[in-house]
Amino acid sequence: VSGAREEILGRIRTALRDVPRSEAAADVPVPRDYRHADDRPMPELVELLCDRLRDYGAEVRRVPAADAGGAVTDACARMALARVVVAPGLPAQWRPSSDGGAAGLQVLEDDGLTARQLDAIDGAVTGCASAIAETGTLVLDGQALSGRRVLTLVPDHHICLVGSEQVVGQVPEAISALATAVAQERVPVTLVSGGSATSDIELSRVEGVHGPRHLLVLIVEP
Amino acid sequence: MTDVGGRDPISFPEAARTALADTQLRRNLGYATHTIRAKRADVVAEVPDWEELREAGRAIKERTLRHLDDHLLQLEASVTAAGGVVHWARDAEECNRIIGDLIAGHGIDQVVKSKSLTTEETKLNEALAQRGIHAWETDLAQLIIQLGDDMPSHILVPAIHKNRAQIRDLFLRTLPDAPADLSDDPRELAETARLHLRRLFLETKVGISGVNFAVAETGTVSVVESEGNGRMCTTLPEVLISVMGIEKVIPAWQDLEVYLQLLPRSSTAERMNPYTSLWTGITEGDGPQEFHLVLVDHGRTNVLADEIGRQALNCIRCSACLNVCPVYERTGGHAYGSTYPGPIGAILTPMLSGLDHAGSLPYASSLCGACYEVCPVKINIPQVLVHLRDEVVRHERHGGGLRDRLEPEHVAMRTLARVFANRRLYEAAQRAGRLAQWPLTRRGKITHLPGPLSGWTAARDLHPLPEQSFRDWWRQEHGG
Repeated sequence: VSGAREEILGRIRTALRDVPRSEAAADVPVPRDYRHADDRPMPELVELLCDRLRDYGAEVRRVPAADAGGAVTDACARMALARVVVAPGLPAQWRPSSDGGAAGLQVLEDDGLTARQLDAIDGAVTGCASAIAETGTLVLDGQALSGRRVLTLVPDHHICLVGSEQVVGQVPEAISALATAVAQERVPVTLVSGGSATSDIELSRVEGVHGPRHLLVLIVEP
Repeated sequence: MTDVGGRDPISFPEAARTALADTQLRRNLGYATHTIRAKRADVVAEVPDWEELREAGRAIKERTLRHLDDHLLQLEASVTAAGGVVHWARDAEECNRIIGDLIAGHGIDQVVKSKSLTTEETKLNEALAQRGIHAWETDLAQLIIQLGDDMPSHILVPAIHKNRAQIRDLFLRTLPDAPADLSDDPRELAETARLHLRRLFLETKVGISGVNFAVAETGTVSVVESEGNGRMCTTLPEVLISVMGIEKVIPAWQDLEVYLQLLPRSSTAERMNPYTSLWTGITEGDGPQEFHLVLVDHGRTNVLADEIGRQALNCIRCSACLNVCPVYERTGGHAYGSTYPGPIGAILTPMLSGLDHAGSLPYASSLCGACYEVCPVKINIPQVLVHLRDEVVRHERHGGGLRDRLEPEHVAMRTLARVFANRRLYEAAQRAGRLAQWPLTRRGKITHLPGPLSGWTAARDLHPLPEQSFRDWWRQEHGG
C-alpha cells in the first residue's frame, strides 16, 4: 500500500519540476473579488428565498411564530400523514400536536430509527442551520435542529421550518457559518435546494426520484 | 498506456461517421445541448460576479495542482483523523483491486453505487463482476445504461441518446418488478426505478460513490447531485467507499463557496442542484460507520507533467463545454470513445491515455473557442488542443504510424499561414483555386480532394470558392 503512495507522490513531484522549490501553496494568489455578503434588507431576502424555493417546486408558507406548531399540524392533516418523526432539537412551539387538529397523528422522536423504520414513516419535521436566499437552499448540519441525515432522506414528506433570522443572502455566508462546526465537530452537512429531481429521460423534469417527493418550507416570522 | 474507459480505440473520424448517420441520436443531442445551453446562459447572466467567481475557481485549482503532493498528504491526514481510511491507487487495476478486496472482506456480493466517472474510467463494475460482485448503478441514467449494456453519451445526462419508448421496453425486459402495463411517461418510468432501487438501498451493506470535491484542510468529501441516489449511497449503507481522481482535492473549506456557485449553474443550469452532501469522516450514529477514500492516479500525473495541458485537471465535470460544442452536438459522446467526450475529452483523454491511443481526438474540434468561454474554471481548451496537435505531429514523426498522413498536413498548415499573412499571395491563391476546383465540384460541394489532400475531405465537405471574392466585389463596387 505504501508503495503506491510513495510512487504517486514521486510522480507528482517529477511532474511539478517547473514549480520552484521555494514556492508554497499560499504563494499562488487566489483573488476572491466575488460577493461575500448581501446587503439587501431581511424582508427582501425572505421574499427572494420564497421565490427561489417555489421555482424548484417546493411548497412555501410564511407563518407567525405563535402559529408555527399549528401550521405544521394543519399541513400534516392536509397531506393525510399518519406518522411523522421530529428532529430532536425542534422547539416545542414548532412541533405538531398529536391531540389537536389532525385526528390520530402520531409524532415520533428520533431515538436512532433505522432506515427501514423510517421507510414506514410518512414524514419528517425539522429545522435547519440556515437558508440561502439567492439559491433557495436549506442548510442542514446534522445537529439537533436539523436532525440526522436519514430523517430528511427516507420519508416521503419533509417539512422544514426556517426562522426568518436564519436567512442569509449568499452562498459564502452560509459556508463561512459552517466552518467551525465542520472543522471541530465534523458535522455532516446536506444542502437541499428543492426536491429530488431528474431530467434523465428526454430532459423531461421529473420531481421526486429518491428523496422526499414533497418539500414544505415554513418561514417562521416574529 | 492508460485506458480511460469507453470502447476499443477506433479513430474519432470513423466513429463520428457512424454517429452522424444515427438520426435519433442527433435529434436527441441537438435538443439536449440547445436546451441546457440556453438555460445555462440565463442563470449565469443573473450572477453579477460570475467572472470573479470563474477567476477564483481557476486560481484555486492552480494553487491545488502546483502543490498537489502537499494537498493530498494534508487530505490523507485530515480524513484519517476523522475516522476514515485512505487508499492510494496507481492505476485502474489497483483501484479496482482495493475496492474489490474491501467488499470481499465484508463477505457480500452486491453494492449500490452512485455516479462516478472515475470508476467508469477504471471499469470498476466489470472488474467487480469478475469477482462475483454486482455493482448496482443507482443514478437513473446510469441504471438505464447498465440495464441496456450500453455506453454513456453525455457526462451529465448519459442516456440522452435513448428515447422514452426505448427506456420503457428496457425496463419491461430487465426489471422483474416493473408493472406489465408500464407506460412511457417519464414520471412512471422514474417511479419504477425508484421502487426498484429503494429496496436495494435498504438492504445493501456497502455503498460506492464518486467525489466532486475533497477538502484537504478538513477532510470533508462532497457529492453534488440531483436525484438523491447519491445521498442514499453515502448515508444508508454501513460501509462507504468513495473514489476520487487525485485532482479532485481542494485546499480549504472556504473554497467550496466558489465551486458550489460555479458547478450547478454551469452543469444543470440551476441556481443550486437539489442535493449536496458534505461529510467529514465518520459521524457516530449518523451515516456509515466505516469510510474509505480511494485516491486514484490512473494517468493524472501524465497530465500534470504537461505544463500547458495541466490546466485540464481544473475540470469540475460540469459538461458546459459539451453543450456548446458544434462538433459534439453533431457526433455525440460515443464517437470520442472515452469516458470524457466533447471538448474536455478531446484534451483530457489523449493526455490521460497517451497519444498512441487517442491521437485523433485533438483534431475533433473546429477551434471555435466557445468551450473556453463557458468553462467555469477557465480551461483554455483551444490552446491545449493546438498544443496537443503539435505534440501529435512531433510524436508521429518520431514514432512513425500516422506520419505519412500528417506530415503533408503539417507542411500545408505552415504554407497556409504564410499565404494568409500576405495579401498578394492570398489573392493569387484564390484565383488559382477557382481555376483548379471546377473538376472537383459536385452539386455545389467538394466531397473528395485528390491525393494527399483526400484526408481533409474524408471527414468534411468543402464549399467551393465563390465565383467572385469579397475583395474583388469591393474593388468593382467602390473602385478601391
